[in-house]
Amino acid sequence: MTQSSAARESVDSNVRNSEFLVFSLGSEEYAIDILKVQEIRGYENVTRIANAPDFIKGVANLRGVIVPIVDLRIKFRLDNVEYNEQTVVIVVSIEGRIVGIVVDGVSDVMSLKPDQIKPAPEFGVSMPVDYLSGLGNLEDRMLVLVDIEKLLTSDEMALVEKAAE
Amino acid sequence: MDISDFFDTFFEEAQELLDEMEQHLLALDVDAPDPEQLNAIFRAAHSIKGGAGTFGLEVLQRTTHLLENLLDYTRHGELTLRRDIVDTFLETKDMLQDQMDAYRAGEEPDPEAYERICKVLQQMALDEIGETADVGGAPAPAPAAKPEPAPEPEPQAAPVESASAGGDLLEVVLLGVGEKDRELLIAELGQLGDIVSRDGEEERYRVLLTSSASADDVEAVMCFIAEPEQLQIRAVEASSLPADAPAPAPEAPAPAETASKAEPSGGAAAPVAKPRKEAKPRDGAAKGAGKGGGESTSIRVPVTKVDQIINLVGELIITQSMLNQVVDDDTNAGGTLSSGLNLLQRNARDLQEAVMSIRMVPMDYVFSRFPRLVRDLASKLDKEVELVTEGKSTELDKGLTERIIDPLTHLVRNSLDHGIEDPDTREAAGKPRVGKLTLSAQHQGGNILIEVIDDGAGLNREKLLAKAESNGLQVSDGMSDEEVWQLIFAPGFSTAAQVSDVSGRGVGMDVVKRNIQAMGGHVEILSRAGEGTTTRIVLPLTLAILDGMSIRVGKEIFILPVNAVLESLQPRKEDLYPMTGGDVLLKIREDYLPVIAVHEAMDVEGAGTEPTESITVIVQGEGRRYALQVDELIGQQQVVVKNLETNYRKVPGVSAATILGDGSVALILDVADLHRLSQRKREGGPFDTSRDSMSLKEVALS
Repeated sequence: MTQSSAARESVDSNVRNSEFLVFSLGSEEYAIDILKVQEIRGYENVTRIANAPDFIKGVANLRGVIVPIVDLRIKFRLDNVEYNEQTVVIVVSIEGRIVGIVVDGVSDVMSLKPDQIKPAPEFGVSMPVDYLSGLGNLEDRMLVLVDIEKLLTSDEMALVEKAAE
Repeated sequence: MDISDFFDTFFEEAQELLDEMEQHLLALDVDAPDPEQLNAIFRAAHSIKGGAGTFGLEVLQRTTHLLENLLDYTRHGELTLRRDIVDTFLETKDMLQDQMDAYRAGEEPDPEAYERICKVLQQMALDEIGETADVGGAPAPAPAAKPEPAPEPEPQAAPVESASAGGDLLEVVLLGVGEKDRELLIAELGQLGDIVSRDGEEERYRVLLTSSASADDVEAVMCFIAEPEQLQIRAVEASSLPADAPAPAPEAPAPAETASKAEPSGGAAAPVAKPRKEAKPRDGAAKGAGKGGGESTSIRVPVTKVDQIINLVGELIITQSMLNQVVDDDTNAGGTLSSGLNLLQRNARDLQEAVMSIRMVPMDYVFSRFPRLVRDLASKLDKEVELVTEGKSTELDKGLTERIIDPLTHLVRNSLDHGIEDPDTREAAGKPRVGKLTLSAQHQGGNILIEVIDDGAGLNREKLLAKAESNGLQVSDGMSDEEVWQLIFAPGFSTAAQVSDVSGRGVGMDVVKRNIQAMGGHVEILSRAGEGTTTRIVLPLTLAILDGMSIRVGKEIFILPVNAVLESLQPRKEDLYPMTGGDVLLKIREDYLPVIAVHEAMDVEGAGTEPTESITVIVQGEGRRYALQVDELIGQQQVVVKNLETNYRKVPGVSAATILGDGSVALILDVADLHRLSQRKREGGPFDTSRDSMSLKEVALS
């Protein structure tokens, strides 16, 4: 179930639509820049890593590459964390690193015009506001746009070894 | 074609030429120099000069020109070699290196250094030969000759072995060389001699020149621009020309065959036609590798390509063992299938070995840079040192050879500076005046042992202890010698009475140790007062593949490097000694080893907790032995090492990961780090497994 990013229209960048992959965490809908997404796969064969934070589920083999798997549901303290056939891992590529993130489900790819993107909310969602880049406004839906790069490279995710350490 | 495309090629080739030049210079027997060696040195200088000229690297070109002239006198026996002359040549080689590095970095070389070396070389020419260094080929009387009918292309046109200093007439035919390159080539030829005539078309362009260079040399220079197939170079008898005019070549429409076989009409003085390979019998012949077409014996390939192949082969092996497992599990599988799979397994292993061997280079690659270093250092320190290298052909992963050079250089410097005494002291101690420094390499299991052995004074235990104490290190008189020797690896440690510019700043040994540990190896020191010191580096042969022992703890599989495993046993209750603080020691024969419960260190649930009911594996890491408590030994297999840090970070107690036959990931344990981890967990009471990012950070920090 690999979803490749659709070719983007090469119109003037000011009016260019951005495409986002929409996923759900609990009852909230989040979206990340589809260009950061490498593929989507099921949750299987994850090897636990000892002495790591609980939201780091371990590492998995992605065609010969060892990839850490992070469960955002545990990180943001959602209830009902289950692993079953429907559990989805979004494999993202950020700063040359590949990371898998576990979410409750992936729904669709949305295209947002610049005027549909509002500033990020100050509160009210599970994810800290620092990692939000805006709010996508569709007629009947609200998408929380996540700066996935900032989130995954943050200190609290403990995925990246900081040079100072 | 843009000439800048060739820049890197030139620098790479020039680098090899410089290295070759140095090796030959060092190997030269001053009293009875081998003419072949002198020729090789000359050719190297000459080729560099040619290339430098082509790329407009003026300083480099001029310096090599001066050197080349002197070398030319040397090989013709007009300049008698002496030790100091070789020294000057070596110094010039270093200067060339500096100049080349500067050009490579896009800078101009240091003009003062250039002036100085030029003066030295010119002075030498003046003193030894009694004439100015600059001699061009004497102009030849040859008139312009008519173009001859085009013969078949002749890739290995008869080169002239050596031309007399007077300058011979050379005919250079360029086949299918574009105009831009042609101009470059002609400019190039202009520097080798005087161009008498030039005419022709792109497919076939003919240049006649008089030059003191041999056809071989001309070709070596032009190889930087044109492919050998595009060049035909041959000598035309200068003397015969005016007489036999108008025919430029004796057998005018000379077919390729005849030209390369027969001697041109000149008769007695005629140059003997030889294929290029014979003309350069040494390994120098392969230096044009990658360009030489059919005759080359090696190719230059980017390391990334090799690594990609290694990765793919690794994947193949994993897939293959996955299939094997399926067949093993399925008892209905037919005999043909499993025998086919066995064949596949063998082939895959052979393929893997062959691919891995691409990355392997002989240790000679490392050792060959030491004769020079030792020679220079010894004379700087007024010591007499003989360097012996053993096991030059021992192979090691290229990535590791590059990283071992710096630590090894440091150890050699240390041995020369602190280890080997000056001749008088040695004599007084009843040792030969000439100290002996041995570099050796040998395979031992999956490791390579590299040793730096000197027969010097050895380490001074008292001095080391005193120094360590003043540095604020924890020491006691009861420390074993091995522990005392390890002190020199502490940061900022130096026992040198004074800082020389060779060593003694105390920044080295800890870096040496860190570098070697980073390569998955370790360092040991053996020393005996008055007899010398041996520093032994133990390194894995390659970082890409590991012989692994799979072990089971609870439901999890871990891999131990087989070369860390010594033995396994089921401990008896009376051999276990619980200590205060939770540590347990296991008595093995006369030794007491700390027991590391893997399930504790790695937080595995459902594992056996009673040591007497589990299996204990005796392992060694960083020179110490430990007893690992595990549930089961599963078996031995080769695993492809995958870096965890590529996408994640360092995991305590774990060196890397690998992929098992079923496609899942298994962690490769780092024994010494595992011990540190379990100690930290014990000391910090129950290890903080509240599983937030802080606990991980603490582990990473400490």
